[in-house]
Amino acid sequence: MKDTDQTIPRTLPIQSATFTNPINAEIRRAAATGIYDIRGGGAKRKVPHFDDLLFLGASVSRYPLEGYRERCETSVTLGTRFAKKPIELDIPITIAGMSFGALSGPAKEALGRGASMAGTSTTTGDGGMTPEERGHSSKLVYQYLPSRYGMNPNDLRKADAIEIVVGQGAKPGGGGMLLGQKISDRVAEMRTLPKGIDQRSACRHPDWTGPDDLEIKILELREITGWQVPIYVKVGATRPYYDTALAVKAGADVVVMDGMQGGTAATQDVFIEHVGIPTLACIRPAVQALQDLGVHREVQLVISGGIRTGADVAKAMALGADAVAIGTAALIALGDNDPKWEAEYQKLGTTTGAYDDWHEGKDPAGITTQNPELAARLDPVEAGRRLRNYLKVMTLEAQTIARACGHNHLHNLEPEDLCALTMEAAAMAKVPLAGTDWYPGKAVF
Amino acid sequence: MQTYDVAENGLRGLNAALQAQSDETNQTSWEVQNPKGSHAIAVGLDAPIEVTVKGSTGYYCAGMNQQATIRVEGSVGPGVAENMMSGTVVVEGDASQYAGATGHGGLLVIKGNASSRCGISMKGIDIVVHGNIGHMSAFMAQAGNLVVCGDAGDALGDSLYEARLFVRGSVKSLGADCIEKEMRPEHIEILTDLLERAGSDAKPEEFKRYGSARQLYNFDVDNAAAY
Repeated sequence: MKDTDQTIPRTLPIQSATFTNPINAEIRRAAATGIYDIRGGGAKRKVPHFDDLLFLGASVSRYPLEGYRERCETSVTLGTRFAKKPIELDIPITIAGMSFGALSGPAKEALGRGASMAGTSTTTGDGGMTPEERGHSSKLVYQYLPSRYGMNPNDLRKADAIEIVVGQGAKPGGGGMLLGQKISDRVAEMRTLPKGIDQRSACRHPDWTGPDDLEIKILELREITGWQVPIYVKVGATRPYYDTALAVKAGADVVVMDGMQGGTAATQDVFIEHVGIPTLACIRPAVQALQDLGVHREVQLVISGGIRTGADVAKAMALGADAVAIGTAALIALGDNDPKWEAEYQKLGTTTGAYDDWHEGKDPAGITTQNPELAARLDPVEAGRRLRNYLKVMTLEAQTIARACGHNHLHNLEPEDLCALTMEAAAMAKVPLAGTDWYPGKAVF
Repeated sequence: MQTYDVAENGLRGLNAALQAQSDETNQTSWEVQNPKGSHAIAVGLDAPIEVTVKGSTGYYCAGMNQQATIRVEGSVGPGVAENMMSGTVVVEGDASQYAGATGHGGLLVIKGNASSRCGISMKGIDIVVHGNIGHMSAFMAQAGNLVVCGDAGDALGDSLYEARLFVRGSVKSLGADCIEKEMRPEHIEILTDLLERAGSDAKPEEFKRYGSARQLYNFDVDNAAAY
C-alpha cells in the first residue's frame, strides 16, 4: 500500500521553550501599542524562596516547648541604636509602605486599623501622610522618598519612625510611577502635580548622592525631629552586604531589605522580573554585614518581599532578621484578587489571582483605585478586621514553629533550625541541604 | 539679640533652642557664631524669628524652614533651604548643589552663584539667584519660580512640570520638554515682585521665560527618545 499524506507519521507541533505563548503575546502587544508593559505587584517568576527551606524541629538533642501552654514571645523593638523613642511592636510583622494614590483612602485606613489592632506599625508611601492614615495608625512610619511629594516637617514630626527609601525590591534603581488614571484632584494636590498626568517619581534623592551624603541627610532629619524617632533605611535587594554596611555607616537605626518578590504599585514588567535578587538571597549577606560591624540586633533588620505565612516569618527570623514587612499579602487580606470579583476580572481580561493592572485604577475590590465608586466597595472596618486576623494567624503559625524548635521567643530561632530542599536555597540561605551537613560554598575542612 | 557659638556649644543645642521658639516668642533675633561649615545649621525652624549665621555652612542649612528669616553671611554647602515651606533664606555668598531642592514655599535668595541642580524638584518655592546657576537646574521642577540674573548651565528645566523659570543671561541648553515661552504681563508682575524682594536691580524686561512644553505629561511612543 502506498503511503498517503494522511498516513505518513508527522511530528507533533512543538511549542518553543524560548518563544513561549506568553512571550509571543507580549511581542504582539508591544508591536501593537509601542509601550512597555506596566503592572503592579512583584516578580512572578519562580525563584528560590522560603518554600525551599524546612525547619528541623525538636529531636533527641533538643526538646520542644508545649504548643499551647508555654509562652513564646513575639515582641520586637525597632530603633534602639540612636532614637530616644524606639518603636515597640507586639509582633514582628509590619505593614510595608504603600501610598495613598496607589491605594484608595479606605484601603489605607484599613491597613492602619488592622495593623493597630494587631499591635504593629504601618507605613506611608510616595505622596505623603493623610490625616486619616495618621488617625487610624497607632504606629506610623513616614517614608522619605526621592520625590518628596507631600513632604513637610509637620508630618515628619508626627511620625513614629522615618524610613529613607533608597529603593524597593520590585525595582531597585527605579522611581515610582502613578499613571494619570489615578491622579485625582486630591492626589494631584498632595503631590503638587497637574491632574491626570502620568507621574514618574525620581529614582534617586534630589539632595544627596552617596553614603557620605546620606550620613549628613540622616543627621539633618535627626536634628529636625530632635533625635526622637528611629530612622530606617530601605533598600531594594541587590548588593545586600554592602548596602547594609553602608546604611549602618550612615547612621541607620534599622535596615529594611526588600527582595524582588516585593510589590510595587506600577512599574515596567521587565524591571520587576529582571532587576534585583530574591528575598531569600539577601538575608544572610545583610546579617553578615551587621555581624561583621558588631551591630547585629543593635541595628535591626527588617526583611520584605514575598512574605505570606507564619512559616515565612519564622524562616526570615531564623536567618537573622528582626522583623518582616508585608505588602502584597496585606492587600490580599483586605480583599485584593478575591474570587468574588471574578466576573469583573474577566471583563478586564484577567482572572482572580492574576489581576495586576493596579495602575489602571479599575480595581474591582476597591483597593488600588482612586475611583470613588470602586473605593466605596471596601469597608475599612471589615477589611481592617480581616488584616488583624491574618496578622494574628501568621504570628500563631510562627509561634507554633518556634515552640517546635524549642524556642520561647521568635528571636531565638536560628539558622541551625533550618535545612534546605534545593542546592540553590542551601547556597543562598547558607543552611545545609536536607540530610547533609553541607551547603554550596561551605568549606569542607 | 541672642547669640549662640556652634563651635563651643554644639549643633544640637543650637537647633533645639531655635526650634523651641514659638509664634509669640520675644527672642526674635539670633546670631549664630562660628558655624565653621557645620551641617544642618538652623534646620526645622517654625517661628517668625531672624537668624544671622556669621560664616559659611555645610549641607542643608535652613532645611525645611518655616516662617523664619535666615541670613548666611558666607557661602553654603549642598541643599540649602531644602524642602523649605515658608519664610526667607538669604545667602550672601555662593551656594553648592541642590539649592532649594523640593522647596514647597518661601523665598530663597542667593547673592552669588548656585551650583548644579538648583531648584531641583521645587514644589512652590521662589528662588532668586543674583549670579549664575549650574547644570540640570530645575530638574523635574513642579511649581514656583526660579529667577536667574546671570546665566544657566546645561539642561535647564529637564522634565519640567509647572514651575516658571526666568533667566536674564544665556542658557547653555534646555532639558527635555523645556521651552522658551512668551513673557506676558502677569509674568513681568511676578518677576518685578521677586527681584524687589531679593534686592536685585535687574530689570524684568531683560529676562526670558522658560516652561514646560507639556509634551511628556502622558506617555506617547512618538516621544520615546525623550524618556
